Amino acid sequence: MENLLDIFVKSVFIDNMIFAYFLGMCSYLAVSKTVNTSLGLGIAVVFVQVITVPVNWLMENYLLKAGALSWLGEEFADIDLSFLSFIMFIAIIAGMVQLVEMIVEKFAPALYNSLGIFLPLIAVNCAILGGSLFMQEREYATIAEATVYGFGSGFGWAIAIVALAAIREKVRYSHIPAPLKGLGSTFIITGLMAIAFMSFMGIKL
Amino acid sequence: MSKNMKLLTEPLNLNNPITVQVLGICSALAVTVKMEPAFVMALSVTIVTAFSNLIISMLRNTIPTRIRIIVQLVVVAALVIIVDQILKAYVYDVSKQLSVFVGLIITNCIIMGRLEAFALGNKPWPSFVDGIGNGAGYGLILIAVAFLRELTGSGTIWGFQVIPNSFYAAGYENNGLMILPPMALITIGIIIWIQRAKVSSLIEK
Repeated sequence: MENLLDIFVKSVFIDNMIFAYFLGMCSYLAVSKTVNTSLGLGIAVVFVQVITVPVNWLMENYLLKAGALSWLGEEFADIDLSFLSFIMFIAIIAGMVQLVEMIVEKFAPALYNSLGIFLPLIAVNCAILGGSLFMQEREYATIAEATVYGFGSGFGWAIAIVALAAIREKVRYSHIPAPLKGLGSTFIITGLMAIAFMSFMGIKL
Repeated sequence: MSKNMKLLTEPLNLNNPITVQVLGICSALAVTVKMEPAFVMALSVTIVTAFSNLIISMLRNTIPTRIRIIVQLVVVAALVIIVDQILKAYVYDVSKQLSVFVGLIITNCIIMGRLEAFALGNKPWPSFVDGIGNGAGYGLILIAVAFLRELTGSGTIWGFQVIPNSFYAAGYENNGLMILPPMALITIGIIIWIQRAKVSSLIEK
């Protein structure tokens, strides 16, 4: 339990997808103009992360890793398919996003309308693929750890985008040099936020 | 200036994928601590963009629109796997440093963005040139940021020491802040500022 809590805190604050690895930057910069839309995108990312990271964990451990196929029989024990992991992960993500979109549309039309175009766009959000690749690199031992990591990394991303949107709403009316308006100032604000998040470094539970 | 020449040179400045189109930021920031990984990354992205543009452009009349995203992802993922295997075989150290970011080329928005915006509507040769141009524009920013960060952060360029030892003896110190992730954001913010100050048509309202 303590272990899971540690993974959660680490993935939200210390290894934050945006501030430590810059993943999902494109949609982060493009969709952070108002708090409401960024909240919608944030929720969608958490949602998809919680589903894709554990599914990809299963793929990694029962299909791709060296020796992962041993459940099929002795003769499969030394097959290593890990070079296929990129294509496998992205296929799972694209498929899952499509599936989630259909389920949400059918059973929660209100949520579907508020997420709107963001759901399909998530397939190409690097934070999602990044989550699965970090899961692979860090070799989480159980599916519970992988799920918590997925939730934590998505949650950290959502916090970051909502915070930036709130700041941008305030900054919109301030007096900034013209060439720095818009994109330039957003970059610098994100940089300053990342410096603030660095103060969480070294927290251990 | 011929049309193809324009496709090649425009992304270098006026239509730069990073500073103007805001695509592919994720990887641009994380690999720019040193020149060497930044250069390898820029080269890999250029190759993948150019060839995926070429392939998708050749297939553009046969791909059904509804499943085009998944077709594009499969083509890009296959190319990235090839690049990843080549990097592992020839420059293993750099490929270790780049870690998950090679895999993340798949979801690099430059590639998907150019496929959607250009390759789906143009002939193979112009698409190929467009891919090279955008890859080069991306590489230009990447190498500029890496140059600044490596010079000020470690006092080296491409791993060779350029700040003479007498400077250190006189009390000069490397700026450790430049190596930290947030400074990549601020450096790009400043590059955007300079570019927009020179080219006033890019200033946002």
